[in-house]
Amino acid sequence: MNGAQDMGGVHGFGAVEPEPNEPVFHADWEKRAFALTLAMGTPGGWNIDMSRFARENRQPAEYLAMSYYQLWLAGLEALLKERDLVSDDEIVVGHSLQPPKPVTRILSPGDVAQVLYRGGPTERETNTKARFKAGDTVRAKNINPLTHTRLPRYVRGHQGTIERVIGCHVFPDSNAQGAGENPQWLYTVRFDGRELWGEGADPSVTVSVDAWEPYLEPL
Amino acid sequence: MSGHDHDHDHSELTETQLRVRALETVLTEKGYVDPAALDLLIETYEKKVGPRNGARVVAKAWADPAFRARLFKDATPAIAELGYAGRQGEHIVALENTPRRHNMVVCTLCSCYPWPVLGLPPVWYKSAPYRSRAVADPRGVLKDFGVSLPKDIEIRVWDSTAEIRYLVIPMRPAGTEGWSEDKLAELVTRDSMIGTGLPKGPAK
Repeated sequence: MNGAQDMGGVHGFGAVEPEPNEPVFHADWEKRAFALTLAMGTPGGWNIDMSRFARENRQPAEYLAMSYYQLWLAGLEALLKERDLVSDDEIVVGHSLQPPKPVTRILSPGDVAQVLYRGGPTERETNTKARFKAGDTVRAKNINPLTHTRLPRYVRGHQGTIERVIGCHVFPDSNAQGAGENPQWLYTVRFDGRELWGEGADPSVTVSVDAWEPYLEPL
Repeated sequence: MSGHDHDHDHSELTETQLRVRALETVLTEKGYVDPAALDLLIETYEKKVGPRNGARVVAKAWADPAFRARLFKDATPAIAELGYAGRQGEHIVALENTPRRHNMVVCTLCSCYPWPVLGLPPVWYKSAPYRSRAVADPRGVLKDFGVSLPKDIEIRVWDSTAEIRYLVIPMRPAGTEGWSEDKLAELVTRDSMIGTGLPKGPAK
């Protein structure tokens, strides 16, 4: 979706403000929101692409007004409500009002280290051949899906070069919709700064994105 | 900021705090989460997983040519040799800074960041100013960090739009010949591994 999360090239946000000796979390509730989000991935059954869409799928003004962990919290609540794991009433009251829905398993303390160490690799085996090879010239398609995508607007319609064939990876545009992993070839595509930002742009800058094959067309 | 705005901000924060507490209570009562697992998750990223891990990787890359070769060939298994792997670092690529080329990493769409080697991202990395400008004006962003690079150095920006996570391997500072990996690691800053900073030099 063309939402506020897609920030590349947007003007007016001001300077970057590094914070010296920044703590990992800035408030106790951030710790809990972070941990709840990670832990609920086990019984919740959603995937990372669904999580990302749950955070970005809101009015731009709302997205921009929320802090990072407020977005995580809102995304978690949306996923929980979609699956009837928690109701609005329960969050307002602060207690469980309905019996829990059966879940296959939850994250136990003994599993934490192993679950984190395993992570969630997204590379998949394939019988298909990659359509592009390093050095090929491609164009990022002009797509504007209302659903989740990982092709940022600032590269759409622009010409770039395949820098690396990464492998075959879970396709977020399908996975976020519960339409299966639909693995696709993934490439690092490099764009000249002037191709993206015009002739006045800094000629010493290039920018790459990692783009799945359905995002690209040959030139 | 006016008093009214301040009160508004304050009440919003309180509302969020209460909401998180309420949600944790509901999820615990339903048996979906074990609070001890939550504590362990927080402790892991507050105390164990952070940019010191990445600094070990960089120091080894500076001191050990065979490791450096493995790192640039396939970073994920090379980094796993040091015990760093897993969530948000399932597929890592190491980017080599050279006298001609500087690398900078961003995630314009959210906050993708190599957790096993750098920990959780700082606020600025997730902020709108960085996400909007890193791809369009990386030299301007570097200036915000007090870093100025010669005009003829190529700047390569890497937008982390998939599950590949990027770790910048900065150049080894001059005057550190013969240093141990432990001593070298102390020169490696978090920002130098994102590409918004440079490593420290040896103390004069």
